[in-house]
Amino acid sequence: MQQTTPTVATTESPAIVAGTSLWQDAWQRLLKNRLAVVSAVVLGFILIAVTVGPLLSPYTFDQTDAAAVYLPPSAAHWFGTDQLGRDLFVRTLIGGRISLTVGAIASLVSLVIGVTYGAVSGYLGGKVDEAMMRLVDILYSLPDIFLVIVLLAFFSRDIFVLFAMLGAISWLTMARIVRGQVLSIKNREFVEAARAIGVPTHQILLRHLVPNALGPVIVYTTLTIPSVMLTEAFLSFLGLGVQPPLSSWGTLVQEGVGAISVYPWHLLFPGAIMTITLFSLNFLGDGLRDALDPQSRKD
Amino acid sequence: MLRFILRRLLLAIPVLLAVLTISFFLVRLAPGGPFMEERAYPEVVRQKLEQKYGLDKPIHEQYLNYLNRVVFHLDLGPSTRYIERSVGDVIVQGLPNSMILGASAYLIALVLGMGAGILAALRQNSSVDYGAMAVAVLGVSVPNFVLGPVLVIVLSLSLYLLPPARWGDLSHLILPALTLSALYTAYIARLTRSGLVEVLRSDYIRTARAKGLREGVILVRHALKGAVLPVVSYSGPALAFLLGGTIVVERLFLIPGLGNFFIEAANARDAFIVVGVTLVVATLLILFNLLVDILYAFIDPRIAYK
Repeated sequence: MQQTTPTVATTESPAIVAGTSLWQDAWQRLLKNRLAVVSAVVLGFILIAVTVGPLLSPYTFDQTDAAAVYLPPSAAHWFGTDQLGRDLFVRTLIGGRISLTVGAIASLVSLVIGVTYGAVSGYLGGKVDEAMMRLVDILYSLPDIFLVIVLLAFFSRDIFVLFAMLGAISWLTMARIVRGQVLSIKNREFVEAARAIGVPTHQILLRHLVPNALGPVIVYTTLTIPSVMLTEAFLSFLGLGVQPPLSSWGTLVQEGVGAISVYPWHLLFPGAIMTITLFSLNFLGDGLRDALDPQSRKD
Repeated sequence: MLRFILRRLLLAIPVLLAVLTISFFLVRLAPGGPFMEERAYPEVVRQKLEQKYGLDKPIHEQYLNYLNRVVFHLDLGPSTRYIERSVGDVIVQGLPNSMILGASAYLIALVLGMGAGILAALRQNSSVDYGAMAVAVLGVSVPNFVLGPVLVIVLSLSLYLLPPARWGDLSHLILPALTLSALYTAYIARLTRSGLVEVLRSDYIRTARAKGLREGVILVRHALKGAVLPVVSYSGPALAFLLGGTIVVERLFLIPGLGNFFIEAANARDAFIVVGVTLVVATLLILFNLLVDILYAFIDPRIAYK
């Protein structure tokens, strides 16, 4: 897969001759990718809006108003109101807080589990590696979304359970990526040197192997966030995720579908904001991949 | 090859046993039960009902009974949500609808996605290319439960072209299939494009050009085969997501498919349907992944399975 805006390789520029680190080089490439930069700005704006927006509004997300049911968008209610007269603008911002937090926390969980598992498996190698990867294969073939639905439906619709579970089902690919990276560098001289002077295994992993696998890890994390957010929205849409009056973008869309023919804005505003956010995250992720791993570009 | 298939099928047995065990205990150890929610039965009636379905026995006994029933009698048990019907009945009713929906969505995705991908690759770095790829990222970013209602607003409620919901004839299939296919169309377009761009640059394509073959022949005979590989390998994971996607689309468009039954059953704590559907889904997942791997070997002779 590849990205749209071609970033010119900077090998001819004098800065390269003077020696740029991998990170500076990647940063330069990222800045040249207009779509990625625009996405980052949009994301920054949305982050600020969902953080401070609800504080500035005269309404709260759970404040009902029987005299203001299903109002169309207006100066007083930018996104209109819902079936209980709650201000949709505030609910959308609160929903954004929840959706983005879910995306971030679950991605963090998957990052920690995936990197640790992949690094240990790749570094130890042999029978251990074989067994650990076989387990990943088996987990891959579980219908995870069905198991998550079962867990949420039968046990708890608690939001923290949701965080943990979404993270727990999305670490598999990360583990495979990190393992591949570790396998390809673990026999290099600098690792051997570290081993020779007696650096303990966990430090070799932490200080030498994981940092060298960081590029793909960052890229994959950026792409995990939108996919986790989608899964959360999907579960909330089915009524299994975030429960009202608290809202996530999935909850709001689900409420909107019920009133679709008469009050389409109830669906369109949260849906559009969610789409813009996911769009930006995907573009930024693609941009980061192109910047950090120029070889993955196939154009 | 035969040994490879056999080995994979053997490996499927522990996976399916794991799925059965995990989902069974999840469902049965959860607080509450099929006869404790919503409808408040008198205590005696509830006990009688639990006795009838064997839910009054200790949990390990229930598990062994269920295991015995599934493995040796290929019977997935009775349904407690849909009284007087077995889980098998529910699956036989729901699965074909889900399959039709999923298959048509994937077909649409293949045609549209590969078409867009080929077009973009042939006009690389042109406005066609950028346009197609931007639309592709959009396709990945719009959740299907947003896309579906928007399509309904536009095509059904404003233009009156298609029915907004329900299930019966071909016209009912179009909107849900389109909704479900968007994500895969986008992925396939991107995969086809990057695959084809890479292949078009390889030496054997240059050789073909040097021989004086026409571009059309080069594309169809030589380039496409290489470009199709990533799409084939994506089909395995795509199916897994497709199964999740059908749940949403079935609920949106009120389609009596497996996903709809599954959610209903999960909310009604119908243990047998939940475990049964999960098992069926896992089996499908394993079979399709195996099929993809076999197909892969046929397209790319460099791959040999031991």
